[in-house]
Amino acid sequence: MLHYLIEKEFKQFFRNTFLPRLVISLPFMAILIFPLVANYDVKNFNLSIVDSDKSPYSGELVRKIESSGYYRITDVSATFDDALKSIERHESDILLEIPVHFEKELVREGKATVLISSNTVNGMKGGLGSAYLSSIVADFNSEIRSELMQVSRGRQVPAIEIVPMYKFNPQLSYKVYMIPAIMIMILALVCGYLPALNIVGEKESGTFEQMNVTPVSKIHFILAKLIPYWVVGFVVLTISFFAAWLFYGFLPVGSFVTLYVFSSLFVLAISGFGLVVSNYASTIQQAIFMIFFFVLTFIFMSGLYTPVASMPEWAQAISAFSPLKYIIMVFRLVYLKGSTVHDLLVPFAALSGFAIFFNSWAIMSYHKKN
Amino acid sequence: MMASSKLECTERWTFNFNTNMQALHTTSTSDLALSCQSVSKRYVRNSPFEKVNVSALEDISFEVNRGELFGIIGPDGAGKTTLFRILTTLLLADSGVVRVEGFDVVTDFRAIRNEVGYMPGRFSLYQDLTVEENLNVFAKVFNTSIEENYHLIEAIYKQLEPFKKRRAGKLSGGMKQKLALCCALIHKPRVLFLDEPTTGVDPVSRKEFWEMLKRLKAQQITILVSTPYMDEASLCDRIALLLQGRILKIDTPQNIVSQYPHELWSVSSDEMSKLLTDLRNIPAIRSGYSFGESHHITFKNKEWSMDALRAELEKLGHSSIVIKKIEASIEDCFMDLSPESKG
Repeated sequence: MLHYLIEKEFKQFFRNTFLPRLVISLPFMAILIFPLVANYDVKNFNLSIVDSDKSPYSGELVRKIESSGYYRITDVSATFDDALKSIERHESDILLEIPVHFEKELVREGKATVLISSNTVNGMKGGLGSAYLSSIVADFNSEIRSELMQVSRGRQVPAIEIVPMYKFNPQLSYKVYMIPAIMIMILALVCGYLPALNIVGEKESGTFEQMNVTPVSKIHFILAKLIPYWVVGFVVLTISFFAAWLFYGFLPVGSFVTLYVFSSLFVLAISGFGLVVSNYASTIQQAIFMIFFFVLTFIFMSGLYTPVASMPEWAQAISAFSPLKYIIMVFRLVYLKGSTVHDLLVPFAALSGFAIFFNSWAIMSYHKKN
Repeated sequence: MMASSKLECTERWTFNFNTNMQALHTTSTSDLALSCQSVSKRYVRNSPFEKVNVSALEDISFEVNRGELFGIIGPDGAGKTTLFRILTTLLLADSGVVRVEGFDVVTDFRAIRNEVGYMPGRFSLYQDLTVEENLNVFAKVFNTSIEENYHLIEAIYKQLEPFKKRRAGKLSGGMKQKLALCCALIHKPRVLFLDEPTTGVDPVSRKEFWEMLKRLKAQQITILVSTPYMDEASLCDRIALLLQGRILKIDTPQNIVSQYPHELWSVSSDEMSKLLTDLRNIPAIRSGYSFGESHHITFKNKEWSMDALRAELEKLGHSSIVIKKIEASIEDCFMDLSPESKG
């Protein structure tokens, strides 16, 4: 009996003009476009220069900044106030003021100051812009220093140079960080929310009740709903893996087996969540709003956009209740670090817990209505 | 708990599917297809936004014999659908005992679901599946096939056959109704529940539908049908008149009509709405109801002669007055039995 019901679900799924195409194109679109758009590698800052010194050294500093590739010099002003106006006119995001006697002080006293001011209406952009700029100035500083010292003393100066090494994500590429999380979002959509909406849809159209007067048991009915979406979910996940490799040459350092094992566990948990929603909602509208409420919470608490570690402590405590947090963590660790199941016992336990919790809640809420 | 728009507080589902079928079959030996004893159902909701306390059914008792065509007649809101949902194991009654084919609706609901066919008032088939696929799904979930019971639905399905590749959602209203009946019949149920099958169906299709029911009855299928149309009552073997959750009377349509206790006149004139008010204002008139082209009236103890009434109405300014003595219809009986007429 079960396989007839599953056959029926597949028939309905593929008869839908919209759903199959969406499911196939979603991973490609998401993996191709989202990482390009949601990107913290800020480039193309508009820079306003106030060079009051107009000396060879100040010229060299400006050229150095320009050649870094991060800055476009969009404004050259005579005074700080003029430069500030250009920021107000949104012509530039950040300004660099080189004071009079910059070169003279640098040569004579061995130190000079420059002023960096940035527009921090967009905090991320302003912060990054001034940080990059200071590092360029610091770099320039050490060059000048060694040059001047050599001239005066004729030998190398000992200086401590800090060279950071980024492990696991050497280019600090945000893409690498985002893609595993996007894969999970799609999986949650297909295996958690779609079956929930489908069940509520049957409630709304009355077929749920019609099925209820047949000998079909609830467990068969629900399995027949879930199994097709599980199958589709894993197809979509595989497409996601493929798309990540195709577009970015991005392959997990760890094994695919680990990824599939954890995905199955996550799918169980999120389907259970979907069933709970389908139990309480009697119309699609209610179901969508319930899903929306929880999904937003899950996503923001999951560390998809901002690292969990940067949240205040109470929020970190809440984030422990987002199943997305654990699976995203697992995907990142397996993709970037090559973690094995052995290293991932905590998320394994957490996801198993969620699977048991949501599914028992789903079963209990049926019985309550009995 | 999320607020749900409907008052479905007792939706039935279960994970337990080990019913002992053999033990239960021995109990169904009587000639009763269905017995319903003092069933009551009350909808209660006590949320800050909505206070509901409606008695949908009160102390409903009736019995249906094997092979009978039993009608439940009542206006909208009488409790017909609630009663059907209790009989088909979809809803739990607050009190009372219901047995369908000897099975208790509470403890043996799984056995009942194998034995009954239910056609709800609202079209509830898969709109995105074709006619044939819908029928197949419902055959398969009952572990049977279309071929096995084709003889039952043949007459109806023949009319659907040209559209068998069409999606159910694209069928006309009458065709949908026929398909729903086919799907309810495909597993050869012993009892068929039809909840307002003819509501919203054109008069020709309604007539056809009742013809089909007669043919099914000949196949020894017990049929319970609910309808708000009084004219369909006479097509049933026995009927129960249901009003505001109570049964007013259960009998054959002929008996109900013949037991009508009053002399009934139909009156019409050129000013029908004024006529009704005038008639109701005459102290000797017991009841007056509008029945389309005429008003039906009954008198209190002492009856007037037709001439006296005519004279009275002429005095009130009516012309072209027609007064006839008529036989009571089911609707007259219904009006007579309803509590308002007694109050």
